[in-house]
Amino acid sequence: MQFTKLLATAAVALGLATTAMAQDKTKVGFVYVGPVGDGGWTYEHNQGRLAVEEHFGDKVETVFVESVPEGPDAERVMTQMALEGADLIFTTSFGYMDPTINVAQKFPNVKFEHATGYKRADNVSTYSARFYEGRAIQGHIAGKMTKSNIVGYIGSYPIPEVIRGINSAFIHARKANPDVQFKIVWAYTWFDPAKEADAAKVLIEQGADVVLQHTDSTAPQAAAQAAGNVITFGQASDMGEYAPMPRVSSIIDNWAPYYIARTQAVIDGTWESTDTWDGIAPGMVGIGEISDAVPADVKAEALALKDAIAKGEYHPFTGPLNKQDGSAWLADGEVADDGTLLGMNFYVEGIEGDIPQ
Amino acid sequence: MLKLEKRPQPSRMWTYLTPLVAVLLTMLAGAALFAFLGKDPILSIRTIFWEPLFSEFAFYYRPQLLVKGAPLVLIAIGLSLGFKAGIWNIGAEGQYIIGALCGAGVALAFYPLEAWFIFPLMVLAGALGGWAWAMIPALLKVRFGTNEILVSLMLVYVAEQLLASMSLGLLKNPEGFGFPGSRNLQQYPSAHNAELIAGTSMHWGVVAAFIAVILTYILLNRHILGFHIRLTGESPKAARFAGVNPARLILFCLGTAGALAGMAGLFEVSGPSGQVSIDFNVGYGFTAIIVAFLGRLHPVGILLAGALMALTYIGGEIAQSKLGLPAAAIQVFQGMLLFFLLAVDVTTNYRIRWTKREVA
Repeated sequence: MQFTKLLATAAVALGLATTAMAQDKTKVGFVYVGPVGDGGWTYEHNQGRLAVEEHFGDKVETVFVESVPEGPDAERVMTQMALEGADLIFTTSFGYMDPTINVAQKFPNVKFEHATGYKRADNVSTYSARFYEGRAIQGHIAGKMTKSNIVGYIGSYPIPEVIRGINSAFIHARKANPDVQFKIVWAYTWFDPAKEADAAKVLIEQGADVVLQHTDSTAPQAAAQAAGNVITFGQASDMGEYAPMPRVSSIIDNWAPYYIARTQAVIDGTWESTDTWDGIAPGMVGIGEISDAVPADVKAEALALKDAIAKGEYHPFTGPLNKQDGSAWLADGEVADDGTLLGMNFYVEGIEGDIPQ
Repeated sequence: MLKLEKRPQPSRMWTYLTPLVAVLLTMLAGAALFAFLGKDPILSIRTIFWEPLFSEFAFYYRPQLLVKGAPLVLIAIGLSLGFKAGIWNIGAEGQYIIGALCGAGVALAFYPLEAWFIFPLMVLAGALGGWAWAMIPALLKVRFGTNEILVSLMLVYVAEQLLASMSLGLLKNPEGFGFPGSRNLQQYPSAHNAELIAGTSMHWGVVAAFIAVILTYILLNRHILGFHIRLTGESPKAARFAGVNPARLILFCLGTAGALAGMAGLFEVSGPSGQVSIDFNVGYGFTAIIVAFLGRLHPVGILLAGALMALTYIGGEIAQSKLGLPAAAIQVFQGMLLFFLLAVDVTTNYRIRWTKREVA
């Protein structure tokens, strides 16, 4: 393949050039699936980027491209960054998985970090956060707070990541309130304010007085605010502008420590391909301030749950748990293994409806 | 005051000049926009239009123009036939998706068999899929007089749901750990729409786009059907007297557009993209509408317009990462192109005159 050779030559030439320059500046690239102003997923990745800039100052230069469609466009953006001399590239959406692997093959000297995927290589690491730990706390608050006993849930795509969140929230909502029911709407988007607002309205019309979301915009928060007496949780970002009502708490992705550590590893020359899956304990998943709209006792219980998870005393997926069809999944006291959680494609017992196929 | 005076005949000169004027106006307005965002306007425009073609890494960007431009041209060519005859297919995005699904479906059905006939079958299936999806608005229009604009547009959303369903169900990679998305066709040699000449990014979709341009040119200028299409667009009444069968014309125009869009989808899914995934479609079907009009519905014009549009995409990405321009600014910039084209188009049919206000 002549082209690959050409690219490889360019990469080697650049590699030499960048090693020569490495003393002064390390270049870190970020590829975003949404706009940096989405107030959710991409916003928090960009906060991580800004933290890298602040931490390293003049030693590091960062570049980013936002709203990059998953597929050949992502591949081109990554190639472009590598050609322009990036030493480390964070690709922050699941759909960037194959493009990341393709580009990484062409640039063996550039390090890649792919969020939420499962394919690795010598110069490709993966990283993700255990958001389901935060979902457990949301579920508990939701179960305690609902009066209609109907909790609405805006799903993005029926992938393991999202299903895991639904299960975790449901298990803990049921523990707090045995009568609670979940209504799930699939938006088939990560970021589309209009669709998300429609989904929230549908759920509220169906009687939900708690709306959980696994999409990135603040549109469901606005819809809940307009409806009144509906509570929500910030997703990926604090969404604190909607506190104390409807937003009563949030899950915050905190990528900054990871991004700084990985950049440092590249500077030190100690970077290795790894698979990171961190939760509340190391601070990758943060729980936003629980607002005064939540009664003090519920707030105390939620915080106790958070502490137990952080200390490793409690795992949100602890048996006895059955699958939706009633078959046994986890025995009493048994804890789910990461493999099952990573590929989760079933609901737990009690959730109504089917996972779209 | 300014007065618009209708020309007895559309100005030939302006027909060809308006796209150039529109591009220039877009550059000016874009430069002003970028300046307001605190970026160097000249550097920004230069980065978008110059860097992909002549910078240090142009050896990578130039072939990428083909990757980005080929589906746009292929779809726009099909759309232009209908647009010329006043048949408005807005749903090319849906036909593109269905073509990709059908083509990839054929490939995945044969997996892991390696045989020469798989790729031609996929192309056929892709074209048929797009054609069939376009036949829905076509038949509804012919039979019940429904509005093809609405029906074809609505079918885009149906196609998107079907795409999601296929990525999560029937076409899902069995070795994908439950994650959505099909097998990657780039790793299946018989189905891979690979580069034909290494380093050029020239794949079968690019070849098909060039062939479509040539055939359409011949059709429009040398064939009675092309004459009928033009006649219907310019004067439906005259067309009827000339014995044009409107129903057949609708079926032909929508069908061809659908087949070409379906092929574009197939070439994309088996080549640059590689897999069926929930977010497979990125708006080529809608952008192609801009390309068709920017190219004056003329095959050669469309070729140039497709290249220009591809250039703004690739240059826009470079401007984002090198200059920190927001993605939204690039999208506004691309949108302005159509906006200015439509505005300047007035001069094709009207003369602008300064007149003194008359006292009543």
